[in-house]
Amino acid sequence: MSEQPNVVRLQNVSKEFGQGHVRALQDIDLEIRPGEFVSLIGPSGCGKSTLLRIVGDLIQPTGGEVVVNGKSADRARADRDYGIVFQDAVLFDWRTVEKNIGLPLEIMRWERRKRLDRINELLELVELKGFETHHPWQLSGGMQQRVAIARALAFGPPLLLMDEPFGALDEMTRERLNLELLRIWEQSGSTVIFVTHSIAEAVFLSTRVVVMSARPGRIVGVVDVDLPQPRGIETREGPRFAELIREVRRLLRQGGGFQAEEPEDEEQFIAAEEGL
Amino acid sequence: MSTAVVEPIPRGTLGSRVGRNVWDWFPAVVVFVTGIALWEGLVRGLDIQNFLLPPPSDIVRTFWTERETLWNAGWFTFQEAFGGWVIGCAAAIVAALILARWRTLATALMPFAIAANAVPIIAFAPITNNWFGTLNQLSKMMIAAVLCFFPVLVNTLRGLTSVRPQQIELMRSYAAGELQIFRRVRIPNALPFLFTGLKVATVLAMIGAIVGDYFGGSQDALGIQIRRQAGVFAFNEAWAAILVASVLGILFYGAVAAVERLTMRWHPSARGAAE
Repeated sequence: MSEQPNVVRLQNVSKEFGQGHVRALQDIDLEIRPGEFVSLIGPSGCGKSTLLRIVGDLIQPTGGEVVVNGKSADRARADRDYGIVFQDAVLFDWRTVEKNIGLPLEIMRWERRKRLDRINELLELVELKGFETHHPWQLSGGMQQRVAIARALAFGPPLLLMDEPFGALDEMTRERLNLELLRIWEQSGSTVIFVTHSIAEAVFLSTRVVVMSARPGRIVGVVDVDLPQPRGIETREGPRFAELIREVRRLLRQGGGFQAEEPEDEEQFIAAEEGL
Repeated sequence: MSTAVVEPIPRGTLGSRVGRNVWDWFPAVVVFVTGIALWEGLVRGLDIQNFLLPPPSDIVRTFWTERETLWNAGWFTFQEAFGGWVIGCAAAIVAALILARWRTLATALMPFAIAANAVPIIAFAPITNNWFGTLNQLSKMMIAAVLCFFPVLVNTLRGLTSVRPQQIELMRSYAAGELQIFRRVRIPNALPFLFTGLKVATVLAMIGAIVGDYFGGSQDALGIQIRRQAGVFAFNEAWAAILVASVLGILFYGAVAAVERLTMRWHPSARGAAE
């Protein structure tokens, strides 16, 4: 293992909702190195989205330590170390595509000229040239999600947090965006934490897959994905790909991931906790 | 991405942006014409007394012959309504911004605001006449303003606070401050709600001004005209004045609705206007 400092270091992180009635996360230890693409996978309610939000300082852990780029998570947020993409694109209806992408840059008071140049670069990166003056409702779901990705990348955050970004898309769009995401990841050099329900997606995209158990969410195991880079359509066809999928599935089963699902009330707890 | 179906951005003349397709209006026009014809036919056929209901042709004739007095009175009362609308809406917007920023204040005050909203505010018209002077247009403006205040406050506050949690999370991830979140998320999000309130308020402002007139005011006021003409059995004149009030009310509402459509062309509902 290289001696590069970790982008993310989680030590003993736990999270309880509703005055300890629900233990969402327990004893999470995880280190993520620069440039890694780490997927979090697990059954519904295993706390993988919660874990992502803890890393991004959107919610606070009840216990343990979170260090991002050598500082506390709230310091990292103040330093704009995060780019976030949700399952829903969360675009602003009143802003055009280019103004949605430019929103973080406006907030960070980039000079206009510099901002427009950057927006242009990003439009090219996510292949949305020609759509800059469209409004979100004029775009398909896949295109909306690309706008969200471009917006997250706009200010070049060292850490990209993606919470099931392609979960609401059809299979074909999802596979195409998977390929695009890999290309973007290689170009941008960002570190990515990616929450997903799809085993195949996790294996295809990641350098490491973190498998979590049902509530309370614990890390059951970590699968190193040694598939060669850059990956392409043929990656999915090889025997190694199938082996890795079997390995992830085995860990999921071990963590109780294939048992009857518990009701997903994590989101409600998050909403209650934040008073939103 | 070549497969995506992309609708064109709505463009077109001012008319087509603000209004609708002519054929969309056709059923409404048919109903209107039939209604007027029925009214005229029934009043004449059944020989209904003029004090009960004059035929529309008589009302329109008086509307024309008395046009100068009527429109002067209409303009006078419209000033009262518009002034009250501006005062009430401005106060409501400021209050909504304050309550959205300091939510504990909102929790403390909103029950009273909702209770006050249920009070028949129009009952205070004689009191405001005393406060600001019966002949002073300001007394009617104040009643109109109070009527406008609550619906605009409640709507705007809902718009400012009904932001999707993830939009706020996103802003927090950019380390945006409270002011930035207001400017770039809450206020744009509140615009559709605000306009709903502003439109309702136009109607309330007209009601407030006219009812304020009923309790006494300048001889130039429309409400006074209606009351006086009805008092001396000049029903054609009273109805013609009511017609003026209606036309002004509709124009007022329409003007605000037009501004809404122009400012919010980004809104998905604006699609309907372009198709």
